[in-house]
Amino acid sequence: MQFGIFSVSDVTTDPVTGHTPDDTERVRSMLTIAKHADEAGLDVFATGEHHNPPFVASSPTTMLGYLAGVTKNITLSTATTLITTNDPVRLAEEYAMLQVISEGRMDLMMGRGNTGPVYPWFGKDIRQGIPLAIENYALLRRLWTEDVVDWQGKFRTPLQGFTSTPRPLDGVPPFVWHGSIRSPEIAEQAAYYGDGFLHNNIFWPMSHTKQMIAFYRQRFEHYGHGRADQAIVGLGGQVFVRKNSQDAIDEFRPYFDVAPVYGHGPSMEDFTRETPLTVGSPQQVIDRYGAFVDEVGYYQRQLFLVDHAGLPLKTVLEQIDLLAQDIVPELRRIAEAKRPADDVPLNPPTHAERVAAALAAGELGAGHVGGTEDRWTGLRAEEGDPQHLEPTAGRAFGL
Amino acid sequence: MGTSRTLVTISAGLSVPSSTRLLADRLTEAATRALEQAGHPVRVESIELRDHAHAVVDAMLTGFPAGDLAAALETLAAADGVIAVTPLFTTTYSGLFKSFVDILDKDALRGLPVLLGATGGTPRHSLALDYSVRPLFTYLRADALPTAVFAATDDWAGEGDQVNPLPDRILRAGRELAERMAAREPRGRSNPFESTPSFADLLADGGVAP
Repeated sequence: MQFGIFSVSDVTTDPVTGHTPDDTERVRSMLTIAKHADEAGLDVFATGEHHNPPFVASSPTTMLGYLAGVTKNITLSTATTLITTNDPVRLAEEYAMLQVISEGRMDLMMGRGNTGPVYPWFGKDIRQGIPLAIENYALLRRLWTEDVVDWQGKFRTPLQGFTSTPRPLDGVPPFVWHGSIRSPEIAEQAAYYGDGFLHNNIFWPMSHTKQMIAFYRQRFEHYGHGRADQAIVGLGGQVFVRKNSQDAIDEFRPYFDVAPVYGHGPSMEDFTRETPLTVGSPQQVIDRYGAFVDEVGYYQRQLFLVDHAGLPLKTVLEQIDLLAQDIVPELRRIAEAKRPADDVPLNPPTHAERVAAALAAGELGAGHVGGTEDRWTGLRAEEGDPQHLEPTAGRAFGL
Repeated sequence: MGTSRTLVTISAGLSVPSSTRLLADRLTEAATRALEQAGHPVRVESIELRDHAHAVVDAMLTGFPAGDLAAALETLAAADGVIAVTPLFTTTYSGLFKSFVDILDKDALRGLPVLLGATGGTPRHSLALDYSVRPLFTYLRADALPTAVFAATDDWAGEGDQVNPLPDRILRAGRELAERMAAREPRGRSNPFESTPSFADLLADGGVAP
C-alpha cells in the first residue's frame, strides 16, 4: 500500500500566532512539504487544484513539473484535476508533458470540483458537471491513446486531425484515478475504464465510504477488468500526531475549533468519532487506519491531509516525519498482511508495469511524434495523406 | 391481515412538553388507528428535532449528518408516510424545522404521503400552513395531503373552532393519511445506487460514442 499526503493549498491564519502566509509563502511551503515528504520516504505527494482564494494551487503541472526535478522517488499526483472546467486538450498536453519530465513518476486524479462559481469562470455550467466529466474524460483518453483525433462533442469546439503532443511516455498514458465523494456516476466511470477510484472520506462516516467503494468494486468486475477485490482503491485521511496523545489534542484543538472546514461546528471529539480525523499518538493512528482494510477491502493508496487549517510549516514537517517513521511502516505491514491474495495489486500500477502490461497485451497505441512523422512542420503535400502514416507504437523502446 | 407500514413523525417543538409534540402524537394516534382498522400493522418512529438541534447545525457546517441524526435520516428514508408538525414562528415554520428540511436529500420525501401540522398562539396564523409549509413540501415533491391541521392555543382549551373542533380535524386528517399509506406498496429499504445509470447511458446522454 502506498502512503502519501495531499494538500488543498488553503491560506489560513494560524489561530495561535495570528500569522497569515501570503500566496508566495504558501506556494513555497508546499514545495518544501513535498520535498520533505520525498526525503522522509512517503510514497505520494498530491496537490489540489483551486481557482479561488483562499487556495493557491491553481497550476498543478507547473508545481509538479518543478517537483519532478527536485525529488527522487515520490509519486507526484493531483487531488484533484478538474475534468469539468479544464479543456481536455490542455489536460492531455500538460499531463503528458509532466509524465515525460517526471519519467513516469506521476499519476493524476480527476474530480469535478466543489465550488459552484468556478464553472462560469471557465465558461461552463455546473448543472452539466457529470456530463462534462464524462465527455471531457472520454476525449482526454482518445487524445492520449490515438495519434490523430477527429472529434465532435457537446461542450467544446470539434477537432479535425488533431495530435496532442508530447505523446504519452512510451506510448502509455498516465494512470488515472477518479475522485468522488457522493456521485456513484463517477465510481461507475472509474469502473468502466478500469481506472482507480479514490474516496476522499475525510468528512464522511465510514458507512458511506464503504457503500461507494463496494459499488465501484462491483462495477469494476462487471466491466471485466478483474475481480472486485482487484480494483484500485484509495482513501483520504487526516491526522494530527504527537508522541503523547494529550499533547496532540491540546496542540490541534485551536486549529480545529476555527478551521474554515469544520470550525464552529461539531466538537473535535464528535468529529473525530464520526470521521477519519484522528488526533492522538502514532499508535492511535495505526489502530484507526489499520482497520480501514477491514471496512473497504485491501486498498492501494492512503493519502493524509496534514498541511491545512493554518498549521505552521515546522509543525507540518514534524507531522510528515512522525508519519514516515512511526506510522507508515507499521500501517504498511498491517495492510499487507490483510491483502487477501497475491493477485490483488499491492500498489497502484507504476509506469513500468503499465508499459509491460500494454506490450504483453499488444495494446501499445501511440508512439512519439517526431522526425519525419511531424505532419505539420516537415511534411510536403506530395508526401501523401497524413491520416495514413505508419503507427509508431513501441518506437520509444526501439522495438 | 394487510402488509405493515412505517409511519415517521417529525416534530419541531422546542419546549418539553410541547404542544407541537402533542399535536404530532394525536395525529399519529388517529392515523395508526385507521391503518390498523384497515388491517395494516404500523410501526411508528418519532423524530423529535429538539434532540437533533446541534447535530442539524453541525451537518450544515460539515456537510454530513452524524450519530443519532444519521440514524434518524435513515429512518425517514424507510418511511411509508410522514407526519410533519412545526410551531409557527414569525409567520412561518420554525428555523429548526427548516434547517432539518435543508439537510434532507432532495429526493428523501419524493412521492411520500405527508400530513402537515402546525401549532400557533392564535387562529389568525392558521393559513401559514398553506402559504409557507405546503410550498416547501411541494418543492420536495412530497405528496402533501389536502387536509393539514393547525392547532391554536384556544383549540387545546376546547374554545377554538366550535363548528369543526380540533379532535374532528385530527380524526379526518389521520384517516386521510392512513388511506394514502394503505394504497401504496410498503417502501422498505432501498439500494442507494439502484438508479445510477450505466456508463453506456452516461455516454449516450452526452451524445458521445465510447
